[in-house]
Amino acid sequence: MHEMKPVFDLIGTYAVFAPFVLMLISYTFVHNPVLTQFLGMCPFVGVTSRVDTSLGMSYATAFVVTMSTIVSWLINTTILVPLKIEFLYIVVFILVVASLVQIIEIIMKKVTPALYQALGIYLPLITTNCIVLGTVILAIEIKHFDLFQSAVFAIANCFGFALGLIVMSGIREQLELFDVPKAMRGIPIAFVAAGLISLAFMGFSGLVK
Amino acid sequence: MKLYEFFTKGLIKENIIFGMVLGLCPTLATTTSAKNGINMGIAMVIVMVGSNFFISLIRHMVPSKVRIPVYIVIIAAFTTIIELLMKAYTPDIYAQLGIYIPLIVANCVPLVSAESSAAKYPPLPSILSGAGTGVGVILAFAVLGGVRELLGNGTLYEIRVLPQNLKTFMIFVMPPGAFICLGFLVAGFAKVRDRIYPKKAA
Repeated sequence: MHEMKPVFDLIGTYAVFAPFVLMLISYTFVHNPVLTQFLGMCPFVGVTSRVDTSLGMSYATAFVVTMSTIVSWLINTTILVPLKIEFLYIVVFILVVASLVQIIEIIMKKVTPALYQALGIYLPLITTNCIVLGTVILAIEIKHFDLFQSAVFAIANCFGFALGLIVMSGIREQLELFDVPKAMRGIPIAFVAAGLISLAFMGFSGLVK
Repeated sequence: MKLYEFFTKGLIKENIIFGMVLGLCPTLATTTSAKNGINMGIAMVIVMVGSNFFISLIRHMVPSKVRIPVYIVIIAAFTTIIELLMKAYTPDIYAQLGIYIPLIVANCVPLVSAESSAAKYPPLPSILSGAGTGVGVILAFAVLGGVRELLGNGTLYEIRVLPQNLKTFMIFVMPPGAFICLGFLVAGFAKVRDRIYPKKAA
């Protein structure tokens, strides 16, 4: 019995983090934002024709999602709630997102011009990417997370988004080599492929409540 | 362009969902049944008509560099109005559509409509164009929702159509079915559109 003790202690010490690990697994695999919640569909279809652009898009989106969730949470609890103007949340959150996208656009233009060129129109479109506002609204207005939970939720959603994008772009790169019926070429066959990936992801359901 | 064409071009010729494949989040998420899809479409039409009207009124005052944030704020204002109205008068529809009502603001459709018509034309054509695009959205949602409901539940607008004992494919009301249905509908739509509006030989 003595040998068992250290193991229990280890779990006891880190038990605080267990909900967050579960959250990460849950929103990356089980409730994947792209394949089961349909958030961030525009880049999912738009930039996934190559793996490297979808990686770049994932980085940019991850930064914007995490930052805007934290900033929106702070604004919500320090300004909107005390002043009782929570009903304005849509306007306020979208402004936070838009300004953060502007910042990342300026930084990327300077630091990684090649990636900036590759992402093209989709960079400013992160503003109108549902996953950013969707994560913010889900964390703050629907699930009422605290700050740390919101941040973990945002990171988990980004992992899910990146996973969806990368799997999809890998499959689409392969699809180009196949003889697809003419009517289904391009976007239609990509949707059917996405449906099959989504079907595979349904296998994760029940993994985490 | 004649005035009625502002309305009709959004229906099939430039259908924003099936033709341009934009605004996919609500397209896939809210079309589990025809009724849900139509409700979502109606909410989007109201937002688009209102925001197109206001954007068109202020189109000469807004510097082109900051036009996108201005449009987004106007769209956000109308989304807030719709959200509060739906919460008050149709709480069950609001509960069904949930997060996708506030997400209208982060949807490409109203922004594309604003950018392509309201930023260039006077109020009346802009309203017509917004309404046309919106009706196109309702049509697309109704078709996609109808197909998924029929295959997944055997019902159409909550009325049982298929024989009671016929087994249906539950998968079509779940996420994978949405992708697969949309893929085939986009392919089919392109065929139909090319038949109605044949492409001129270049």
